[in-house]
Amino acid sequence: MIRVVLPQHLRTLARVDGEIDITVAGPATQRTVLDALETSYPMLRGTIRDHGTAKRRDFIRFFACGQDITLEPIDDPLPEEVASGKEVFRVVGAMAGG
Amino acid sequence: MSGVRLLVGTRKGGFVLTSDGKRDDWKVEGPLFAGWEIFHMKGSPVDQDRLYASQSTGWHGQVVQRSDDGGKNWEPVGNEFAYEGVPGTHQWYDGTQHPWEFARIWHLEPSLNDPDTVYAGVEDAALFRSVDGGHTWQELAGLRGHKTGEHWQPGAGGLCLHTILIHPDDPQRIVVAISAAGTFRTDDGGETWQPINRGLRSRELPDEEREVGHCVHRIAMNTSRPDTLFMQKHWHVMRSDDGGDSWQKVSGNLPSDFGFPITVHPHEPETVYVVPIESDSEHVPPEGKLRVYRSKEGGNEWEALTKGLPQEHCYVNVLRDAMDVDDLDPGGVYFGTTGGQVYGSPNGGDSWTAIVRDLPAVLSVEAQTLP
Repeated sequence: MIRVVLPQHLRTLARVDGEIDITVAGPATQRTVLDALETSYPMLRGTIRDHGTAKRRDFIRFFACGQDITLEPIDDPLPEEVASGKEVFRVVGAMAGG
Repeated sequence: MSGVRLLVGTRKGGFVLTSDGKRDDWKVEGPLFAGWEIFHMKGSPVDQDRLYASQSTGWHGQVVQRSDDGGKNWEPVGNEFAYEGVPGTHQWYDGTQHPWEFARIWHLEPSLNDPDTVYAGVEDAALFRSVDGGHTWQELAGLRGHKTGEHWQPGAGGLCLHTILIHPDDPQRIVVAISAAGTFRTDDGGETWQPINRGLRSRELPDEEREVGHCVHRIAMNTSRPDTLFMQKHWHVMRSDDGGDSWQKVSGNLPSDFGFPITVHPHEPETVYVVPIESDSEHVPPEGKLRVYRSKEGGNEWEALTKGLPQEHCYVNVLRDAMDVDDLDPGGVYFGTTGGQVYGSPNGGDSWTAIVRDLPAVLSVEAQTLP
């Protein structure tokens, strides 16, 4: 089980409070976590990564274990602490706009 | 008793303003989708409880919301707007070619006879249609694929398709307007399109009367006379009496013929409203006086409507989709400002009151007349 924390606007859109628990088939990576998240919450499609290209939106970042892992390869395994549910996978709306 | 519902889109959420037919006591509800830009909300003419809303932020992109109960409850529907085929390029500000990229929905136009059919005018300019209540969207690619498409250039606000007018007697005939490409019409339901800009003059262009490239800000129509169109262009107020085939300037005695919104009285097809602003470089009312101008002669002769509007120190703007009329008698007129005020007139503009004063900057106002 992966624990995911969304930014406020996406929690509102997905109608969830706090963390989301999702199950990932196979190794936990950025891609598999986002695939599972969008399957469970289809209203999030297009709001974290683009339709079609699956490219991360410019002002979205991903954090795990207090580290910014946004630029890590999307198919790399996530830290064991995230894969085991000990730590959260955090989707963050980057500070932007001044 | 009949009533009015105003759907107000703002920089930080949507608001719903309702009143009975007297239109002197309003209930303000919102914000819906707090913190998101609500570019536009509009209801179906055949099912007034079916509403569509364009919701977006720079972080999370485009979301489309739908309500089936007049705005009490909303559900996100489809938000995938894929250009058909290889998107190609259009002209960028510097004259180079730039890939077409979807940015947002500027305007949602529900069908006149089917609540599940709705059109979306988007940036970069294209027209999409959904026939399943917003769940899926298909581009009407003949528009963007017009031979002039690669020459279309964005206005200061982006390359946006912001106006969609469906002919009330012939749904195959649709007029759209794009900043800064101009006006286009289809007579076959969106398969093929022709530019309809003859008579427009834009001194910003090397060839002032070229086929495309005009910065059309807004077009309005009274459905009882659908071939008469009124246009607020970057500069100039124009009219057409042949469905857009040709245009004549009707700016007349306006203090400035630069502006964004334009609308037509619900029962008097020759009564037109605009809100002039100073210039292309100063988007504020002339002399700090917020004045709606009304022509009862279809243009040329305009009168200032000031009663109830601030006549000093007022420097707000009214954006292109932020003025509308209801269908009551006498007809009501409404507009919202970038300062967050929504003004209403229950008497065709003779006098105005602020329905609400301190909303976020208003992007759009749509009036629904309720039974």
